[in-house]
Amino acid sequence: MRKVTFSIGGIHPHDSKLSRDCKIEVLPLPQTMYVSMAQHLGAPATPIVNVGDKVLAGQVIAEPAGFISAYVHSPASGTVKSIAPRADITGRMVPHVEIAVEGDEWVEGVDLSDTLVTDITLDRAQILERIKQCGIVGLGGATFPTHVKLNPAPGSKAECLILNGAECEPYLTSDYRILLEKTREIIVGAAIMQKVLGGCHTVIAIEENKPEAISAVSEALASLPYSDIEVLSMKKRYPQGGEKQLIDAVMKRQVKSGGLPISVGAVVQNVATALAVYEAVQKNKPLVTNTMTITGDCLPVEKQHNYLFRIGMPLSYIAQVAGGVPESAAKIVSGGPMMGKAISNMDAATVKGSSSLLYLSEGSTRRHPASNCIRCGRCSDACPMGLEPFLLNRLNKAGDLEGLEKASVQDCIECGCCLYSCPANIPLLDYIRPAKAQVMGVIRARAAAAKAAQGK
Amino acid sequence: MTNTIIWTIAILTLLGVLLALVLFWVARKFRVEEDPRIDEVEKVMPGANCGGCGFAGCRAFAEAAVKAPNLDNNFCPVGGNDTMAKVAAILGYEVSAKAPQVAVVRCNGSCANRPRVNDYDGAPSCKVKAALYSGDTLCPYGCLGCGDCVAACKFGALSLDPESGLPVVDESKCTACGSCVKSCPKGIIELRNAGTTPKNTRRVYVSCMNKDKGGVARKACKAACIGCGKCVKVCKFGAITVENNLSYIDYTKCKACGQCYFECPTGAIHVAGFTPKKVEPKPAAAPAPAAAAPAAKPVAAAAPEPKAMSNNQNKEVGNA
Repeated sequence: MRKVTFSIGGIHPHDSKLSRDCKIEVLPLPQTMYVSMAQHLGAPATPIVNVGDKVLAGQVIAEPAGFISAYVHSPASGTVKSIAPRADITGRMVPHVEIAVEGDEWVEGVDLSDTLVTDITLDRAQILERIKQCGIVGLGGATFPTHVKLNPAPGSKAECLILNGAECEPYLTSDYRILLEKTREIIVGAAIMQKVLGGCHTVIAIEENKPEAISAVSEALASLPYSDIEVLSMKKRYPQGGEKQLIDAVMKRQVKSGGLPISVGAVVQNVATALAVYEAVQKNKPLVTNTMTITGDCLPVEKQHNYLFRIGMPLSYIAQVAGGVPESAAKIVSGGPMMGKAISNMDAATVKGSSSLLYLSEGSTRRHPASNCIRCGRCSDACPMGLEPFLLNRLNKAGDLEGLEKASVQDCIECGCCLYSCPANIPLLDYIRPAKAQVMGVIRARAAAAKAAQGK
Repeated sequence: MTNTIIWTIAILTLLGVLLALVLFWVARKFRVEEDPRIDEVEKVMPGANCGGCGFAGCRAFAEAAVKAPNLDNNFCPVGGNDTMAKVAAILGYEVSAKAPQVAVVRCNGSCANRPRVNDYDGAPSCKVKAALYSGDTLCPYGCLGCGDCVAACKFGALSLDPESGLPVVDESKCTACGSCVKSCPKGIIELRNAGTTPKNTRRVYVSCMNKDKGGVARKACKAACIGCGKCVKVCKFGAITVENNLSYIDYTKCKACGQCYFECPTGAIHVAGFTPKKVEPKPAAAPAPAAAAPAAKPVAAAAPEPKAMSNNQNKEVGNA
């Protein structure tokens, strides 16, 4: 089997997959759940239930509020107690629907059995509609609505569907566990998306540090009736799970600055999204569950878990079920240690894209005091997008937006390789991130102005 | 020998005259017509090039001022009325005196008032911190304490108080250029009139930006405005409004009587430049609202302060 990887930059952090042998456990339902209306990229959904309404698990409680937006479903049966803003993991106020859980009664038509359904009976339009109705969003991190991504603009043709099983972030093991435990479901999900995209070649890309997953997928592929799906082993390297890096690794094609993957004929979907697509299309089950890892370097192995959670469970509840927050935890992160967000509010609820609760110790997470840049260029070597982070940092300090745009700050994928590799401990990404946001704002404003001028 | 010297002098002199003529012609031909008043205006500017006026520097301001039909939209906050009077004299415009302003930090979330609930370990910049999350306290509106405003101030008028963690304005150095206002991602710094009249420095302001409901705000910070509206009721001048659970004092209407300062249950209202004196509410015996002048006497007798201002009788009587 050939082994591939992306062509420039990247780093090799220790993978620390401590919880890799923990089987997926189902979390019991809490008494109260808080369902966020902003669980996806794009406009927050609009609630369609009222306070006091009885809802069933899987029932639509909010509708998309725009083209890039998604349906939100109730994760359990119960009563709507309130619809009000509530702080998310970063402490920002987001509208939430509070549900007092009374049971686990599902809406009609949802198949909750474990039987594998391999026949894909729906046609393309029906599948897309089902994916939309079930509120499926990309579970690799960006939570982009899947029905939009699977429906490329007319004129562009998908040549290759890449299933992202890289899980290149250290510590995280949820994708690995579903690749082992839900192998066949993921492959059926891949076949469904393959059908939607017009039967293109499909690659399930997995990093080589997960050999059990690679062999499990290979075996399952042999026993399933789908053609043109292959499994690909990739060298271990961060950030291989980045969309553009993965396309580079698998197809040897580079997406140009500002371009979409479809411009080089690629569509990338996470393996967890494939599982969600399977459940939506074959079982009519909306996206209200996902897998998350409870891990960290200050958590004893017996307290590590991979959980099947429902959206809307408060993080504090999950932490408590998992055995409490360890005393030595200095930082709690949602997501991987490289790109994840530090949690400042443990009362926040899980969302569709939640992937982990990571307890990091003081030693592994405390930053060292920054000193001056010595122009060693390690950040430029590490940048997988070929940028010069030290230069971006200087341009940002000078407030030179034009210079930043020329230096392609808008291509930054915020992977954190620059910050990780800096010997002077300069928090490069911290400074580049707001600069990128500012430049993106300028670019969007310019595009809007150009569109308005064209309209006249 | 003598001949050579004479010839040399003669040729060099001729050459000098010829080149001078060329230079003279070039200077006439390519002369850039510039209003001489620009130079004059620039001379009277403070020369800080701070950008507080909205232009790139003092020269740019001078150019704009000369071109403009009046001085209504051009004001140098650093030089203030003195400079503007000089500029107006040069340009022959009329200029109305503006009240001198000063930067006011509208957050009192000191370490003692507003407990830290987490520890920020990122880049020491308010801009970065604001982009990441709501901050290391429960108040998402208040000062982040990384000192972007201190870095932005070109006059050394701002410093971070190590004890409270909040920026402190040195009024003697503050020129009200507004750099700090622009640099604060939370928008807690406001330019307010330095005093109720250009002569004094009496100021009253709400030192809080928290728009949460009372209970939430109070939980986050002991000194938060809870939007109770007591200050609105006590203000005789209609200077105070409460919007989104947050009180705001309009400095153009405020007369700095300081009565709201005493009413505020959380101490969110701050006074500067004077010590306010509380006007005791009128005894319940005093009936319906009378005109201020006759009512003043019995109040003065009852209240210890001889300078007492007439209070809001309606409300206080009702409460008593």
